[in-house]
Amino acid sequence: MRQLWETPGGVHPPENKVQSLKLGIGHLTIPQKLILPLVQHIGDAAIPCVAIGDVVLKGQKIASASGDLSAPVHAPTSGVISAIEDRPVAHPSGMSALCIEVTSDGEEHWIDLHCHAEYKQLSPQEVSHLIADAGVTGLGGAGFPSAAKLDNSRTRSIDTLIINATECEPYITADDILIRERAAEIIQGIDVISHVLDMPRRVLIGIENNKPEAIDALREACKSTAIEVVAIPTKYPSGGEKQLIYILTGQEIPSGQLPSDIGMVCVNSGTAFAIKRAVIDGQPLISRITTVTGGACGINRNYEVLIGTPVSHLLKENKFIRKNCSRLIMGGPMMGFSLSSSDLSVVKTTTCILAPSHSEIPEEDPQQPCIRCGLCAEACPASLLPQQLYWYAQSEDHERLQAHNLFDCIECGACSYVCPSNIPLVQYYRSSKGNIINSRNTKISAAKARERFEFRQVRLDKAEQAREVKRKARRIATEKAKTSNSSAADIINAANLRAKARQASPDQQKAKLERTLMAAKMRLEEAQERLVEANKSGSAEQQAQQHASVEGARQKVEQTKRRLEKVIK
Amino acid sequence: MAFKQITSPHEHKRQSTGRIMQLVLIATLPGLLVLSYQFGWGILINLFLAVFAAISAEALILKIRQRPIGLYLRDYSAVVTGVLLGLSLPPLVPWWLVVVATVFSIVIAKQLYGGLGSNPFNPAMVGYVVVLISFPIEMTTWVTPVSLLPEGISHPGLFESLTIVFAGFSPLDGVTGATPLDLFKHSDGLLVDQIYQNNTLFSSASFAGVGWEWVNVAFLLGGLGLLKARIFTWHGPVAMLVTLATMSMLFWDGGSSNSPGSPLMHLFSGAAMFGAFFIVTDPVSSAVSNRGRLFYGALIGLLVYVIRAWGSYPDAVAFAVLLGNFAAPFIDNYTVPRTYGHNQRRKATAKEEDE
Repeated sequence: MRQLWETPGGVHPPENKVQSLKLGIGHLTIPQKLILPLVQHIGDAAIPCVAIGDVVLKGQKIASASGDLSAPVHAPTSGVISAIEDRPVAHPSGMSALCIEVTSDGEEHWIDLHCHAEYKQLSPQEVSHLIADAGVTGLGGAGFPSAAKLDNSRTRSIDTLIINATECEPYITADDILIRERAAEIIQGIDVISHVLDMPRRVLIGIENNKPEAIDALREACKSTAIEVVAIPTKYPSGGEKQLIYILTGQEIPSGQLPSDIGMVCVNSGTAFAIKRAVIDGQPLISRITTVTGGACGINRNYEVLIGTPVSHLLKENKFIRKNCSRLIMGGPMMGFSLSSSDLSVVKTTTCILAPSHSEIPEEDPQQPCIRCGLCAEACPASLLPQQLYWYAQSEDHERLQAHNLFDCIECGACSYVCPSNIPLVQYYRSSKGNIINSRNTKISAAKARERFEFRQVRLDKAEQAREVKRKARRIATEKAKTSNSSAADIINAANLRAKARQASPDQQKAKLERTLMAAKMRLEEAQERLVEANKSGSAEQQAQQHASVEGARQKVEQTKRRLEKVIK
Repeated sequence: MAFKQITSPHEHKRQSTGRIMQLVLIATLPGLLVLSYQFGWGILINLFLAVFAAISAEALILKIRQRPIGLYLRDYSAVVTGVLLGLSLPPLVPWWLVVVATVFSIVIAKQLYGGLGSNPFNPAMVGYVVVLISFPIEMTTWVTPVSLLPEGISHPGLFESLTIVFAGFSPLDGVTGATPLDLFKHSDGLLVDQIYQNNTLFSSASFAGVGWEWVNVAFLLGGLGLLKARIFTWHGPVAMLVTLATMSMLFWDGGSSNSPGSPLMHLFSGAAMFGAFFIVTDPVSSAVSNRGRLFYGALIGLLVYVIRAWGSYPDAVAFAVLLGNFAAPFIDNYTVPRTYGHNQRRKATAKEEDE
C-alpha cells in the first residue's frame, strides 16, 4: 500500500452518484443545430477559419488557435456553417461571446483521419503538436489547453505524472463510467502523455474509493504496466489538483506556482482519453462524456455528447420536467454554476448537467449573521479562515484579505456548504478577488501614467534649459554687437553668411518638399472624406467648415507642388 | 427556458445557527437539573425570568432597529444568553437583578454593537459582571446545597421562592451559605486540611465540594456532548481547564495555610466547567483559529486562577472571559493558520510584498 497524506478540512456531501450509473454511456440523436463557442478553454479565443455557408465535414477545423494558450474548435458533425455571431455561452456571468453555429446535415461525414498508432516514433514535440491541433483541453473543469500544459511542463524535469480520476463532486459520474467502459484507452492515453513528458519516473492514478468498479477496471488495464492505481478516501474536495497531489505525494505546490514547479503534472482521466483519441485515432475533440442527472430528469445517465449540443436538446431526450426543476446547473452541485437558460450548449468542460428537483436542492434560506462558529475553518481544505475572510470581504479590507491568503482559496465551496448561517461565502471571495485584481491593475496603470508624466516633465525641463542657454548666448551676442564698432556692411555680410549656412543642399530641399507634399495630399484626402460625411449628415455650418478646410488643404498642395517644381528646375 | 441563477455551492448541509443554539440549550439540561436539585426553585425562577427578559429586550431592540423580529428570534441566541445568565446568577436573588443583568446583556453588550455576531464581549458575562459589581451582597449570597441544610429546614417551595424573589421576603436562616471558593477565600491562616475538617462543605464531599462538584460534572457532561456533536472544537475548553489545573498544581504547595486549593477543587468548583464549555466556547467573542483558541482558553484559565487565588473575588470566570475577549483580536493577529502552499503562518496584519 502506498502511503497517503490527509488533507485538512473537507466535507462529505451526499454523493448521489448511483442514479446516473444504472445505465452505460448512451448516445443522443444529433441535434439540428450545434453552437460552438470560440472560448471553451482558459486562454485566447480561437479564430474562425470558415465563413457562413461553408460546408464542413465532421472533425474539420472551423476555428484555429490564436496563440500558445488557445485551442482550435472542430465541427462536431458534418453540415453547414449557419451563423458566426455572439450567443450566450456557458459562463457563470451569463455573458455572450462569439460562437459558430453548425447546422447538421445528418450525414456524419468524417474528414480523413490521420492515425498515429506508432506515435512513439514521433518526437514529443510532434505528438504535443498533434494534441494541440486536435483541440484537446482539460476536461475536468478548468479547460486548460492540454498541449500548452505539457509543453510548459517539458521545460522542467517531470518526475511524477498524476492522473486525476478522483471525481469528488457529487452527482457527476462521467469519469467513473468512462473508466468502467474504456479503461484500456485511458491507459493508452496515459502512455501518450508519458511519451510527451519524456517518461516520468512514476505514474499514479488517483481515484476515490467510492468507485470500486472503476478501480477494478483500471487495475485490470494497468496489469502489465508500471502505472499505479491509488484508491484514496472519499472526501470533497480531494479532486482538487493541489489536494490530490498532497494526498498522493505529501508535497504542496507553493502558493502561486504550478505543479510542474515541483516536478509534477496532473491530468484528468477524461483528458487522457481525449489525448488517446487525438493521437492514436487522429480524432479531434468533438465529443465528451457528460452526466445528465437530477430529480427533474426522467432519465439519469451519461452520454457521449457532441460538443455544441444545446442543453435543451439534452434535457428533452432525458424526459426533463421543467416545473420539477429548482435550478439548472452546469457542473456539480459544489462548484458548478447555474445556467440562466437551456439554450446554451455543452462545451469541452461540461462534466455534468444537473437538473435537481425542489426537494434535492431547495431554495436558499435567508442569510443570517456570521457567529464565527468556525465550521467553515474546519471544512477548508486550504487551512484558510473563511470567517475572517468574510469579515474583511465585507469591509473591503484588501490588505487583510491578502494577509489571510485569499488568493489561495480554490473556491471549492466547502465553507459555504457547512455554513449554518447560509452565507454565500464563495461569492464574497470571488468578488473580493476580482476587486483586488482590478485595483492592482489600476495601480499598475497609474504607476505607468506617473512614469510617463515624470518623463515628459524631465524632457520639458531639458528643452527649457536648452532654450535658456540659447537665449543667454543671443543676449550676449547682441550686447557685443551693440558695443562693437563694426560697420553696417559687416553686419549684413555676416547675416548673409549665416543664411547661406542654414540653406540646405538642393537634394535635401527636394526631399523635404516631397515629404511635405505627401503629408499635404494626405491631409487633403482626409478633409475630403470629412466633407463627404458632413454633406451626408452634418449641419450647414459643419459643411461650410469642412469645405473651407478642403480648400485650404488643396491650396497647400498646389503651393508645395510649385515650390518643388522650382527646386527641380 | 429561463432558470434562476444562484451562486455555487448549490448543495448545503442542513444545519442552521438556530439549530446550533438549540443544541447548546439542550446541553445545559444536565447542569440545570443538578443545579435545581442542589439549590432549589431559585434556579428555575432565574432561568425563566432571564429568558423572558432576554426575548423581550431582543424583540424590542429589533423593532427599534427595524429588523425582522421573527427571523432573528428564531436564531435562539437571545434564549441562549438568557439561559446562560439564569444559570450563573445566584438563586433567590430579587427579580429586578435578573432583569437588569439580562437587559444589559442583550441591549448594551449585544444589540448596540450590531446584534448577533458583532459583539466583542460575551453578552451574558457582561450582564453578570455589571450586577456583580453593582450588587455585591445579593450576588455573593448562595443557597446551601440540599444535603447540608440544617435539620428540619428545606429549600423554600415554589410559592415561597416566588415571594422571596418578587416580594422581597428573606429566606430562612441556614438556607443561604458559603460556596467552596468563598470558604477558601475567607479562611486565611488555616491549613487546607483544617479547612477540610472544619467544614461539612468539604468533609462530606465526594471529591471537591458538596453540591458544586456534581454541578460541574453535569456541565462537563453537557459540554462533552456538544464537543461530540462538533458544535465547537476542544481547543478552548481543554486549554482553559489544563491551565487552571496546572496553575493550581504549581501553587498547591502541599496544603499550607497559603495554598489557594487543590487542582481538583478548582476544576470542580464554581463556574469552572460551565465557563469552559459554555462561555469560553462562545465563538463570537473568542479567538477564531484553533491555535488561537488554545491561547485564548489558556489565558482565561490563567486569569481565573490568578483572580481566584490572589484577587478579591472568590470566582473569576466572568472577569477572565471578558479580559480574554479583549485579547482575542490580538491573539488572532498572531495565530493565522499556515495556508496550503505557504512555508509559514502569516500575521493577520502582514503586508503583501511589493512585486
